[in-house]
Amino acid sequence: MPFPYWITGVPFSWYLILSAVLFALGVAGFLFRRNIITVFMSIELMLNAVNLSFVAFSYKLGKNDGHIFSFFVMVVAAAEAAVGLAIILTVFKNRQTLEIDEVSSLKN
Amino acid sequence: MDAVLFLVFAAIAVVCAINLVLQTHPIASALSLIGVMGSLAFVYLQLGGEFIAAAQLVVYAGAIMVLFVFVIMLLNEGKERKVKMKLWGRWAGAPLLACFLALMAFIVQRVLPPQESVRFGAFTGGDAQSIGTRLFTAYLLPFEVTSVLILIAIVGAIVLARKEID
Repeated sequence: MPFPYWITGVPFSWYLILSAVLFALGVAGFLFRRNIITVFMSIELMLNAVNLSFVAFSYKLGKNDGHIFSFFVMVVAAAEAAVGLAIILTVFKNRQTLEIDEVSSLKN
Repeated sequence: MDAVLFLVFAAIAVVCAINLVLQTHPIASALSLIGVMGSLAFVYLQLGGEFIAAAQLVVYAGAIMVLFVFVIMLLNEGKERKVKMKLWGRWAGAPLLACFLALMAFIVQRVLPPQESVRFGAFTGGDAQSIGTRLFTAYLLPFEVTSVLILIAIVGAIVLARKEID
């Protein structure tokens, strides 16, 4: 008796859909949250979703270039986290707040 | 079996991501993000990326998230203030997001043949040896540029965290 295709292995498109769902949730967090650290964590979530796409396409194409790309994304994310958290520390030291609506002095 | 394991870890990742967006305290969001990263490491393992799965756990869930949690603890800000959202924004946001995702899933299912399935162990190029060989031959220049980037990040972080900016 032939098994349905999703018993013998995971359909490739499921990985892309998971990646899309995580990316969309990251965008939603980026837009709706008001805490600067949570906004920053939503960016990390989006980077993770893109990494998943890279690794999935790497499997599909049979090459490991996607793995190296996501490795570089991790490196850039680490550097970004270090600099971004230093900026957040400085903002908090000067303003005593983490609300992004109160740190909008560049706007006007 | 593969599909069941994938669904379990994908569900954990999605639930943790939703929790990240909905929680009002940053430390709860940070712990949810660690859950997302841990379950994604399993998904990478299933796709044959042993090195990337290990790097995900060590670099992301280990180093970067420790940095986040450390800063949250250091600043010690409490819960986020409630923001008054517009009525249509509060009620239409989640359904619109769900519609968009459903459309995207439909298109992906149509474009990619669903019979093409991922099997554990079918891809063997993701171990540390193949990644390292490729990284130090074809991607040598980007790798070296990365070291400069990290140096700049170190210097920038020290300068920013030390000085007072008005």
